[in-house]
Amino acid sequence: MRRPRNAAPGECGGRPPTKNARSAVIKRAAVNRHLATFGRRLKAGELGSVPVLLGLAAIWMVFQALNSQFLSARNLSNISVDMVGTGMIAVGIVFVLLLGEIDLSVGSVSGLAAAAFAVLNVNLGMAEGVAALVAILVGSATGVVQGFFFAKVGVPSFVVTLAGLLSWNGLMLYILGSTGTINLDDEGLVALLTSYYFNDVAVAYTLAAAGTAAYFLVSYHDSRCRRSLGLGSRPLGDIALHTAMVAVAVFAAAYVLNRFQGLPLALLIFLLVVIALECILRRTLYGRAIYALGGGVEAARKAGLKVAWVRISVFTISGTMAAVGGLFLASRVASASQTSGSGNLLINAIAAAVIGGTSLFGGRGSTWSALLGALVIQSIASGVALMGVPTAAEYMITGGVLLLAVVIDSLSRRAQKAHGRI
Amino acid sequence: MTSGATPPLLALRGVSRRFGAVRALIDVDLEIRAGRVIALVGDNGAGKTTLVNVVSGVDPPDVGVIEWEGRPVRITHPRDAQALGIATVHQDLALCENLDVVGNVFLGREIHSYGFLDEPVMENRTRDLFRMLSARVPDLRLPVATLSGGQRQTVAISRSLLGQPKLILLDEPTAALGVEQTAHVLECIDDMRDRGLGVLLITHDLGVVKAIADRVSVLRLGRNNGFFDVNTTSQEDIVSSITGATHSDFKYCEQDEIDWEL
Ligand SMILES: Nc1ncnc2c1ncn2[C@@H]1O[C@H](COP(=O)(O)OP(=O)(O)OP(=O)(O)O)[C@@H](O)[C@H]1O
Ligand SMILES: [Mg+2]
Repeated sequence: MRRPRNAAPGECGGRPPTKNARSAVIKRAAVNRHLATFGRRLKAGELGSVPVLLGLAAIWMVFQALNSQFLSARNLSNISVDMVGTGMIAVGIVFVLLLGEIDLSVGSVSGLAAAAFAVLNVNLGMAEGVAALVAILVGSATGVVQGFFFAKVGVPSFVVTLAGLLSWNGLMLYILGSTGTINLDDEGLVALLTSYYFNDVAVAYTLAAAGTAAYFLVSYHDSRCRRSLGLGSRPLGDIALHTAMVAVAVFAAAYVLNRFQGLPLALLIFLLVVIALECILRRTLYGRAIYALGGGVEAARKAGLKVAWVRISVFTISGTMAAVGGLFLASRVASASQTSGSGNLLINAIAAAVIGGTSLFGGRGSTWSALLGALVIQSIASGVALMGVPTAAEYMITGGVLLLAVVIDSLSRRAQKAHGRI
Repeated sequence: MTSGATPPLLALRGVSRRFGAVRALIDVDLEIRAGRVIALVGDNGAGKTTLVNVVSGVDPPDVGVIEWEGRPVRITHPRDAQALGIATVHQDLALCENLDVVGNVFLGREIHSYGFLDEPVMENRTRDLFRMLSARVPDLRLPVATLSGGQRQTVAISRSLLGQPKLILLDEPTAALGVEQTAHVLECIDDMRDRGLGVLLITHDLGVVKAIADRVSVLRLGRNNGFFDVNTTSQEDIVSSITGATHSDFKYCEQDEIDWEL
């Protein structure tokens, strides 16, 4: 058992304390130790998602003050669907950023996937499921190609993906030919991705309850495993507190969504993707290898990790997620066109990952940052649209928030440096 | 050599490595036997780290033969060295700044079931390793970026003790350690020798060499510049060999090595 750093005097004092007093002392020591650890982590520059949550709260309050429609169930529900396309792409960006690299091609890849799907399904009559699968595989293939040039040939990722940005966009224009805009089947699977809602209120509440229970059980199980080995473990009260916070968040979300049309299918899929990939990052060998590469390529190589393979696979994930995001974006507008994946989509996806708290310097981040960052960006876009001011304002606000996020990232890295001689 | 003699754990024969115009290793020979501590000494830039990189698979040699327990082997990747049972503490420590202590100790050799990490067991093993080294870190779950230089070195050393290595390469393992911690590491090296491991210890501290090594091999400007038996050689002789004041006859030394083993 780790010795509590702030053991109360009673513990080592002369008179043996009573059983109750003893357990209270131990509990207090455990809480103190927990706080001390938390404080140390904060000081060491491990801010996690604290800044983005504060930022989100501030943005919501400002826009709500400016327009009372902002926090309406309808608007929040729309935000939750609109953010999914960008958010999916941002999840892939998180993987690339964890390596300390960048993927500038994701916008073009998402447009290419949308175009590929539309041409295959609408123009060539391929079954929808198959066409969607092919479109996603096209995205994966772009990632394999870029990953190969980066990992095996040694071209900087910035340059490879910049070439990709142009090439994949050219390929998209080529396969679209002179068709211009292709409208998707309104009743089709892909269109339903963003237009389907679970109208039954029970669905959202049941999933909220299941999510809360799952969070508690996983935390409790982890803690019990640790205790059985005699390792310091989270006190039960701490788990309960976190579970309560999760419960408040998910039930509030379920309540709001149910006041509009219920849980959107798109949001559900997005949440499942974020949770599944977070689990891979945090709990598997593969995820550990990704973090290791971000924290020191040389060290990872000396430890015997397959550096090239991990790099190629990460760019493949990025390409795949870009394609998935492209399908969601096409679904939202029920069409694919020559402008798919263009505009500030690329910037928004990267900004989402960074705003959410994933470091540009590699080695720190989580897929949750894609969700939180996409939520911030979509909230700004929505708030600005509600106020009827020109998009110029949206760009400037998003740019400002991105700058703020990067500043926080850099400062926390500096804190780490000061702390730990990086 | 007589046919009955056990082959050395590791032998390098005629190993060379060049970086462009720089010849870091030139026709280097080295033998490490089980249950012996060989000190490798030499001035800055003599090629000691390059030699460690050759043996640990980080940086394969241009020419030369590596023999493991008498059989020629190819070590072209760190995994090859790991598979043979070679553990390394690199001079630059080779730690991932963002990973916590446990993650670094087990990097590349994580305990898992179906690809899912078993964190509690790894933390438990790490705690035991640290206890064995009488080392203290504030929290095994803190990223190593927040540790002091000496604490990091301890992490790197615990890392090499993991598993059942047969040969340990230590590239200046005590350079950043305090008096007490250095003593613990030296004790630990003694312990390894008693357990029959081969140890290659690189250090600039001839006091440490005297205290713990059985044999000394000197590198000078990438070449072998003498093998000595620690007990019968004065510190001055080693120093003059390092600085190049004397040129040991290499052939003579090789003969000496064999005689000593018989
Ligand atoms: N990757 C590399 N590229 C070019 N030259 C290198 C490289 N690695 C080592 N060298 C050169 O090889 C020579 C031997 O270097 P090495 O690191 O092996 O020395 P060392 O004996 O470990 O020195 P120190 O005691 O300072 O650690 C040096 O001249 C160095 O400049
Ligand atoms: Mg060196």
